[in-house]
Amino acid sequence: MKYEAVIGMEVHVELNTLSKVFCGCSTNFHAPANTNVCPVCLGMPGVLPVISKRAVELSVAVGLALHCTISRWSKMDRKNYFYPDLAKNYQISQYDLPLCANGYLEIPIDGTTKRIGVTRAHLEEDTARNTHTIGGGDSGVDFNRCGVPLLEIVTEPDIRSADEAYAYLTNLKQILQYLDVSDCNMEEGSLRAEANISIRPVGTEAFGTKTEVKNVASFSGIYKAIEFEIARQQQVLEEGGTITQETRGWDADRGITFSQRAKESAHDYRYFPEPDLVPLVVDEAWEQQIRESLPELPQARRERFITAYQLSEFDAGVLTADKAMADFFEATVDAGAAAKPAANWVMGDLQKLLTERRVEIGDCALRAEDLASMIGLIEDGTISGKIAKDLLPEMLDTGKAPKLLVEEKGLVQISDSSELEAVAREIIEANPGPTADFRAGKEKALGFLVGQMMKATKGKANPKLANEIIRSELAKTE
Amino acid sequence: MANITKADVEYVAGLAQLTLDEATKERLVAEMGDILGYMDKLNELDTTGVEPMMHVLEMSNVFRDDVVTPSLPRETALMNAPKTDGEYFLVPRILDTE
Amino acid sequence: MSNTWYEKTAHEIRDAVRAGDVSAAEVTESCLDRIAAVDGQLKAFIDVWNDAARAQAAQVDAKIKNGEDPGPLAGVPIGLKDVLCTKQGTTTCCSQILKGYRSPFDATAVERLADAGAVFVGKLNMDEFAMGSSTENSSLQTTKNPWNLECVPGGSSGGSAAAVAGHECAITLGSDTGGSIRQPAACCGCVGLKPTYGRVSRFGLVAFASSLDQIGPFTKDVEDCALVLNAICGRDLRDSTSADLPVPDFTQALKGDVSGMKLGMPKEYFTDALGAEMREKIDTAIKVLEGQGAEIVEVSLPHTDYAVATYYIICTAEASANLARFDGVRYGYRAPGVTNVDELYRKTKTEGYGPEVRRRIMLGTYVLSSGYYDAYYLKAQKVRSLIQRDFNEAFERCDAIVTPTAPTPAFKIGEKSSDPLEMYLSDIYTISVNLAGLPGMSLPCGLTASGLPAGLQIIAKPFDEETLLRVAYTYEQNRGFELAMPAALRAQ
Repeated sequence: MKYEAVIGMEVHVELNTLSKVFCGCSTNFHAPANTNVCPVCLGMPGVLPVISKRAVELSVAVGLALHCTISRWSKMDRKNYFYPDLAKNYQISQYDLPLCANGYLEIPIDGTTKRIGVTRAHLEEDTARNTHTIGGGDSGVDFNRCGVPLLEIVTEPDIRSADEAYAYLTNLKQILQYLDVSDCNMEEGSLRAEANISIRPVGTEAFGTKTEVKNVASFSGIYKAIEFEIARQQQVLEEGGTITQETRGWDADRGITFSQRAKESAHDYRYFPEPDLVPLVVDEAWEQQIRESLPELPQARRERFITAYQLSEFDAGVLTADKAMADFFEATVDAGAAAKPAANWVMGDLQKLLTERRVEIGDCALRAEDLASMIGLIEDGTISGKIAKDLLPEMLDTGKAPKLLVEEKGLVQISDSSELEAVAREIIEANPGPTADFRAGKEKALGFLVGQMMKATKGKANPKLANEIIRSELAKTE
Repeated sequence: MANITKADVEYVAGLAQLTLDEATKERLVAEMGDILGYMDKLNELDTTGVEPMMHVLEMSNVFRDDVVTPSLPRETALMNAPKTDGEYFLVPRILDTE
Repeated sequence: MSNTWYEKTAHEIRDAVRAGDVSAAEVTESCLDRIAAVDGQLKAFIDVWNDAARAQAAQVDAKIKNGEDPGPLAGVPIGLKDVLCTKQGTTTCCSQILKGYRSPFDATAVERLADAGAVFVGKLNMDEFAMGSSTENSSLQTTKNPWNLECVPGGSSGGSAAAVAGHECAITLGSDTGGSIRQPAACCGCVGLKPTYGRVSRFGLVAFASSLDQIGPFTKDVEDCALVLNAICGRDLRDSTSADLPVPDFTQALKGDVSGMKLGMPKEYFTDALGAEMREKIDTAIKVLEGQGAEIVEVSLPHTDYAVATYYIICTAEASANLARFDGVRYGYRAPGVTNVDELYRKTKTEGYGPEVRRRIMLGTYVLSSGYYDAYYLKAQKVRSLIQRDFNEAFERCDAIVTPTAPTPAFKIGEKSSDPLEMYLSDIYTISVNLAGLPGMSLPCGLTASGLPAGLQIIAKPFDEETLLRVAYTYEQNRGFELAMPAALRAQ
């Protein structure tokens, strides 16, 4: 039998507010344990939550970017369950009236676009972190993260493959980064994704029993976990077994999912409206104000790059995938560089150097104006592309202007004919073999001789001029 | 409704993280039955079209600005902890990763 | 030095202290001596802050000496229900589960009283987590009614009521979720006021039922009530549900009278359930007001009969979540010898809570649980809307409502504790006020033949505490009797 996968994604994203959602404690991830805590986020007796306006605005911004309907009237609810990472043993969340509902995200897949329905996006508080590495048979609880604003984004079961899930996640992350609502750092847990996966025979409507894959640390891990889980479920069914509804973890080392705990027969969360908070009203004016503050989103920017800069669809896609990269490209163009070479340098050498150094474009010393002026130096013949390739790493590491480096290192291109003629004569003299080959009609030998000229001038010879001069010198001495 | 069984009492005790001895369970079966039976009185009322009260005052949108305010010194945060190593609140080892 | 400053009202003390007739230190010593003399019998206080009180009094005296304004409650000795968070001492809600808990902050109301120059003398007994009507549910001690030491002081703020009635301090703060200020005030013969929901910040009030709880004062007279409201009311940015409304000078409300004012008597409150003796006391009190020019009109609150059921669904549901945090992880009691988290919760909670708290957590968990939410919780919130609507309609016909505070005077210790439902039903006259978020007040309207106080309840429109105070003050000035010192406590 042929099966198809039915997948829904739940993404939790920590919003990058300065303070927590219900108190003024810092959201800084790197603080020592239990130093960003106060009576409110520790759930001490007598405390009350007060909701952050910024957290609501960021949630609405995400909702608008995902084409959601924003609830005119919504509220917070208490979700009751006991766990040591929950200070109050209830989580303040949203139940039946989420801030954002009924949206979608378009993903490019197989050359077309597919719409993934977004069921809802709701605001809630993050939980504490449990550490299991404490000695003496105890676990330690650090409440620094408890109360960081968290937006939960839930899709419809519209996803049919690991590829689509991956595309959904990367596109969602792009949007979140463009909105600047989160740093989306999966390693630090500021973006967490879970997949609900089931399979069904192709052509049938009813959903199969789903499993929930949690605690995956990367998008590629989720991709692999979904692939694995689809295959596993298929095998279970083909062998006449049944799928157990459960939560499964992902073992990245072994490349398998594993049963974590059979879902308690009934999670009875006893939701009810949070009486300590008053209703949230996002009226048309406020919604409009947030809508107007939205930045250009990836899809729109991609299209603009194609028309405004005459870039290929591929190049536009690569450049806009990362907002910081796209910003840097545009800044380079704004600083006077032509679009095409700017795109090539940003996507090529620069991207490679950043990857090697494991730094983000925003964290290195290179300025867009300097990349633009380097491109300018190539255009006007001051340096060769080869020299530029050598300069870029130093520009990136030191932040020095290319002009300065060129002067410091004496890298100005030799475009003086008499100087190059002398070099050419020496090269011809020193290489009788290739000289003879060229004269015998082997054009290839010319390349070698030009290479020798470049070597002799330490790359400073203007390549075009060097080519011309060695040709004429070869003709002269014949 | 409000025919409370021992199984109901045990289920609810589980949700509330209470362990009840047999005598307490028996007593609660009777008391909760009584009290919930009395509460069933509300079913006499037709509440069709009546909005449930969400908040007793007509209030909405009470916000705080996104401003960091001082947290507690860690010693104060941990001051009441039944068990701590000076950095963390300690609890018996948590086995599930859930 | 022996003096009788402990017998005085707050405004008398304040005036004398500000005028330099007496020092805050002398007043404080007088109260501390009184507590030492009578609290062994009354058991209103669970913790007396002798040293802290003296230090605070010294600060007030220093301000006066330096010519600074010592505040509108300068040197007034005040006791605090143990449900209020205080940096001083412990905050336990009289529960074993919070034994030894030290709050890192003061409740907003406590802060504001301190700013007004108050001197805190200690923490007061209460029903565990404010759940009860007799203070018998305290895990620490049983408070006695000053008028009859065999009777309960009412509850849940029984310690707060007994301390004022027993003249241990001039003012106490309590909390009122379904009558926990007004009912004990009636039982003990003092003035008790529950402000409008949102009038006083709940920050630092350990939550029982968040949508119903309010902090309010117990005082010896109506003027003192106005003074406390002046200090504690007003918006607090730490409580989203505190109202952003201006706070009037409540003492100005005492100047008016009730002539031409319409006072409503809800017919549902004056039934056979109200004892004949109580009925007579209330009728007499209403006659006093009528004599001052008030017009008495009959009003109807048709859903009164459903209030107890509605209240106990909502308050237990909210309590079941509010009390979940007491789990032995961050503070409070932790059961010894637990080896896993489940056991930690279960043993801690089972050992830490008393029977009434456990019972309410069970009820609240049940009414929220899957399959029952709509039938109980949602239904109750709809009926709550109807109850609020009843009051809105009644207030179209009157300016304030007058009722008994409780159907009977204080009962004997142990008399009702075996039947929880019977105990719940005794809250019949007070809980609707909390469900509708209204201000309500109880004031003494005489003694029964057995020598126990009766209480008159006044209810006003939301945020109209001024009318409440004006009616109460008019009654107090014209009631034609003075409450003597309870006999059991005389000449101590």
